[in-house]
Amino acid sequence: MENLHLEGSAKTPSIHFDAATGKLELKGRSIPENSVEFYKPLNDWIDAYGKDPIGETSVDVKLEYFNTSSSKCILDLFKKLEAISGSKTKVVVNWFFEEDDEDMEEAGQDYQAIISLPFNIIEVEEI
Amino acid sequence: MIKNDIYELYQTMERENILLSFKGVVTSELLSSVLSIMESKMDYMDESPKLKKKVFNVLVECLQNLYHHIDSNEEQDRNMTRIEVKSALFMIAKKDDHFVIRTGNYIDKESALDLEKRLDTINGMDKDELKKYYQEVLSNGTLSEKGTAGLGMIDIARKSGNKLEYQFLPINDVNSFFCLNIKID
Repeated sequence: MENLHLEGSAKTPSIHFDAATGKLELKGRSIPENSVEFYKPLNDWIDAYGKDPIGETSVDVKLEYFNTSSSKCILDLFKKLEAISGSKTKVVVNWFFEEDDEDMEEAGQDYQAIISLPFNIIEVEEI
Repeated sequence: MIKNDIYELYQTMERENILLSFKGVVTSELLSSVLSIMESKMDYMDESPKLKKKVFNVLVECLQNLYHHIDSNEEQDRNMTRIEVKSALFMIAKKDDHFVIRTGNYIDKESALDLEKRLDTINGMDKDELKKYYQEVLSNGTLSEKGTAGLGMIDIARKSGNKLEYQFLPINDVNSFFCLNIKID
């Protein structure tokens, strides 16, 4: 299947979803006024990937900022991943935050509390 | 405007240390410009990256609240022009060790009642309660057509770490003017 690559912009993150390696990455900022439109193709891609995934799927979330409109879409994306996780693929989420960015660390904990996927919260010097 | 008024306005802005202020219709393009200006302004400031991020985050939510609010207000008042009702005011100031974001916009009285209730609920919560409340709304809520999640004010309260100061000024039978003052430290 086709990979999904989107360049980042001032209001949207860069996207690298690779079906052959099972590596999915969201990086940058996600602050569009209405996030639904942006996240729709991501969800569609995961639906398609979920039909024939590889054994291990890892999702790296490296966000600098995200707004509350995106927060709901990100949750829906995690729920899609939750749904495809099972016998065909094991999904792991890696949530990255920059040193001292407690807000982004807490945001990771919010999702960790809601989503039942292995969820690592990782501190890095710079995203 | 006569010269004196301009000087007075200048002095007020100087005294309040206002970094940026705007009055008018809030559009998507305006948001992009304002966010970009504020980011470069803050680049030159000595504040911790943590505080700068908080300011940026809260600013995004505040401006998008104004943007969506204006979007939702159809002609609601014959006494005011459409532009007036769609207009909003915001300013960002730096005071000693903290930042202040102030916004003002017209709101119909019915929505004002709902909003006041929500703000009081949020202001009645401590840090942990806010975290739980946010998670609850995040996992149970749905996005509106405009892509709003009902999380904006909760997020602003969490990130600012302070109570949301607000006031509703009665304007006429239909409208109030909503003033919001957020301290970020």
